[in-house]
Amino acid sequence: MIASLRAELMRLGRWPTTWVLGGTWLLLNLTFGYVFNYLSYRSADGTTVGPPTGATKQILLQEMMPANAPVTLVQGLPMFGGALVLILGAVAVGSGYGWGTWKTVFTTGPRRITGMGGTLGALGVILVGLVAATFVLDLAASYTVAAVESQSVTWPGFVDSVQGLGAALLICGMWLAAGVLLGTLTRGPALAVGLGLVWSLVVENLLRGVANMLGPLEAVTDVLPGTAAGSLAGALGALTQGDPNGTPGVTTTITGTAAVALLGAYLIAFLVASLTLTARRDVTS
Amino acid sequence: MNIVETHELTKRYGDLAAVDHVSLTVRRGEVYGFLGPNGAGKTTTLRMLLGLVRATSGRATVLGQPPGAPTGLARIGALVEGPGFYPYLSGRANLRVLARYGRHDDVAVEAALELVDLTDRASDRYKSYSLGMKQRLGVAAALLGQPDLLILDEPTNGLDPAGMADMRDLIRTLADHGQTVLLSSHLLGEVQQICDRVGVISAGRLLTESTVAELRGEASLLIRADPLPAARSVAERIVGSAQVSTVDGMLRLATGGERAAELTRALVLADVAVLEVRPEERTLEDAFFEMTHEGATS
Repeated sequence: MIASLRAELMRLGRWPTTWVLGGTWLLLNLTFGYVFNYLSYRSADGTTVGPPTGATKQILLQEMMPANAPVTLVQGLPMFGGALVLILGAVAVGSGYGWGTWKTVFTTGPRRITGMGGTLGALGVILVGLVAATFVLDLAASYTVAAVESQSVTWPGFVDSVQGLGAALLICGMWLAAGVLLGTLTRGPALAVGLGLVWSLVVENLLRGVANMLGPLEAVTDVLPGTAAGSLAGALGALTQGDPNGTPGVTTTITGTAAVALLGAYLIAFLVASLTLTARRDVTS
Repeated sequence: MNIVETHELTKRYGDLAAVDHVSLTVRRGEVYGFLGPNGAGKTTTLRMLLGLVRATSGRATVLGQPPGAPTGLARIGALVEGPGFYPYLSGRANLRVLARYGRHDDVAVEAALELVDLTDRASDRYKSYSLGMKQRLGVAAALLGQPDLLILDEPTNGLDPAGMADMRDLIRTLADHGQTVLLSSHLLGEVQQICDRVGVISAGRLLTESTVAELRGEASLLIRADPLPAARSVAERIVGSAQVSTVDGMLRLATGGERAAELTRALVLADVAVLEVRPEERTLEDAFFEMTHEGATS
């Protein structure tokens, strides 16, 4: 497994796609978590359009303070960050079928499950790095805002930080595993990415909308992957989609504990399905 | 011990038998040619031997292991149905990734690149390679770690004539150093030049398995002479009437070129004008078409 992990870290680490997706997420996180909020906050001075009221202005400032960094870390993950890591999982696995590299790897020596385990392990390492980098970026951005606005700096507590990092890893891990499963099922990157994005960005929202009219459907929408991810972010204090300053995808539909359990179940189910399929199927491309 | 053994190996896709009860053996140190037209089942058989595809029935052992067993795969180098590499990595980086998978060091990577003459372009991205260079990198990947068995599916695909000759030399050299090579090809001249034994497959069935010489059969001698009836009676007296036939106005004698001088002398002494005497060897191509045609019509 270590040999496969080293091999996959080498090839994923040198893949421009990995850096483009990771960089895109960091940029989105910074832009929507701090840049737009700060511009909106400063608009009260008449420098931008649509000045916020005094109350929302205070909320905006609090959201940008270092103590709130764990919440900023997770608030964009249920929908946008999740979609990006889903793409990473789908293309990392699906492309191997198009390039014929799975065929090459599976004839090199390791068991299929070990080879695939190397990919999953390397994706996990990348995910940990990405989440850690996001948190550091958020801390740096929030410290900058606090310094510019002459606010006292209160760093997030240890428990809050661990909760935020853990939630971010669980949410991203679930979406990453979903991408891996889609890439495995479709044996290619394009369809996997297309289906994954349609599901995470469109279908779940539509289903939640329909569930408002059809009560029985609510039981289903309450346990969807996106609902669980959004609920975990909501449980940590991220403002929900309906809130004026809320983030799309964040919800409080189920409790934080239930969300953790559900996300863990999805994560394990997606990984087991991917590994089982990889180990058992004929490799014909 | 045979390096590869299959017994009644079969792969079915619905009603179609892609590989139909194939029993073959590859011996240690030989170059075994797996011959067949496109779609005959060559690649599917190789995929089964590597554990990429599961057999519907029958059994196989490769290096004494079931197909796909990690201990067996660690001693096999394979290139099946074209090379599969990461397009954004260089040739060298691709081999280094595979070397990590196979627990080989980077020295093995450089050695493999040297063997296929790719060292100069090893730092270029794989996607910039020509078809022939991609193929050579595929062979280099198969050579990593000096495996006991090489399974090469159409190894000269995409190579120019010089590259093909180099590849043939490389394969023969590897076999001379004790490595066993199982290669599939539809280039019969190539197989004739480098293979010790061949298996001919058509429509999923193994038609024959023998040495190249056995498959080509005995050589014959062609004689053009005038008058032909007199020449025929002289030839029949010397090699026996059963060994002589007339084809396109020439005599074909089922004998080797070693009797050409004796026959020529006898014909001249019998006052027969000898216009042409030449040995005729049946090519592997002749034997192949004969067999695959029979296989298709039977």
